[in-house]
Amino acid sequence: MTNYSIEVENLVKFFGRRLIFNEINFSFSSSHVYGISGPNGSGKSTFVKILSCLISPTKGKVIHKKDELIIEEEKLHNHIGFVSPYLFLYDEFTAEENLKHFSKIRGKIFDNEFSNYLLQEFNLYERKNDQIKGYSSGMKQRLKFVFALLHNPEVLIFDEPTSNLDNKGKEKVYEIILRMKKDKLIIIASNEDTDLSYCENILELEKYKTK
Amino acid sequence: MKAYSLYKKDWQSELRTRYAINALSMFILVTISVILFSIGSEKITEYLTGGLLWVVIFFSAMSGLSRAFVSEEERGTTLTLQLIASPSTIFSGKLLFNIVLVFLMNIAITILFSILFDSFIIKNIELFLIAFLFGNIGIAISSTIIAAIISKASSKGTLYPVLSFPILLPLILTLLELTKFSMDGNSIEKSFVEIAVLISYDVIMLTASYLLFDFIWKD
Repeated sequence: MTNYSIEVENLVKFFGRRLIFNEINFSFSSSHVYGISGPNGSGKSTFVKILSCLISPTKGKVIHKKDELIIEEEKLHNHIGFVSPYLFLYDEFTAEENLKHFSKIRGKIFDNEFSNYLLQEFNLYERKNDQIKGYSSGMKQRLKFVFALLHNPEVLIFDEPTSNLDNKGKEKVYEIILRMKKDKLIIIASNEDTDLSYCENILELEKYKTK
Repeated sequence: MKAYSLYKKDWQSELRTRYAINALSMFILVTISVILFSIGSEKITEYLTGGLLWVVIFFSAMSGLSRAFVSEEERGTTLTLQLIASPSTIFSGKLLFNIVLVFLMNIAITILFSILFDSFIIKNIELFLIAFLFGNIGIAISSTIIAAIISKASSKGTLYPVLSFPILLPLILTLLELTKFSMDGNSIEKSFVEIAVLISYDVIMLTASYLLFDFIWKD
């Protein structure tokens, strides 16, 4: 089993003059589920984007390590699976075409069997050849999970994972979290109590609001 | 290979949505028609047709090439790209797409010019082809990096030509000079300085774009 960790050191983020959070020091490691909590506008999405190195912090740093070796930022995308409400897939492609393109752009061979397995798991297999512009918001949300899991990443970052999902969809997400937590590092950013109840450690962003 | 996969994804997407192709085809047809109507039965000089050719090419590039990044930003798929590829792969893929698009667009414009304008006569085809090759690559590189910059801005439409003009001006001036030389029938040796300027422009723009793209793409 690989040992993956994310170390956050003195993280500060400002948007203009507005402080989002100040001096966050935290460590995340595999085989655990972490929660990021806070009310709307508290910076949960910003924090997970910084964790994934999608945006830069104003100050401080984020270090990803796999088996104690630092992972270069350039290669980080192959280690992270990300689900978020502001993540969009290509509407003009079918679910399968989207997944095929993503695998190839990552430089990996498209694993048709694993893709079908995930599509079946998220109840999308029957519609895999439909353009996703015809999907409901719940179906699009489920497809984002397939997108996040297809390359078998060590880190799963779920920002508001159950938004737009019905009860069956939510149960599937919780089942995935419980199943994957043994060997993956899972981070959930949410203000839903049920989502956070699966987390062993919770980082409350409201505590980092003062200068 | 990863960049080529992104290029293929972009072409497949373009053929389905026709974001850039429709805008470019309409722009080319309308512009050339307007030039033809305004000239009427007047005779225009060779040099003027050469100049008009690059004016049409410059403005066509303005209307279509920004789509590479703007369409990703408008559809909200920028984050998706960030999650599947490194910045250098994304820039290479988008650049490849724009190079092919520029070549297709400019070949169409040049063919239309040679059919519709009697005075568009190139005496030294090789020199013109060299200018055409490196000129198109230069236009594609500049347009791609400018598209990446403006895709993050709120007033994309106006910002693109404003930013492009000073960056593309040295390139267009050199291309105008080389087109004039090829119409005069000058040899490649005689036009060496202009060709060197053209190739240098491409190399400098390509290097600067790869260095800058990381910063543009991340925030």
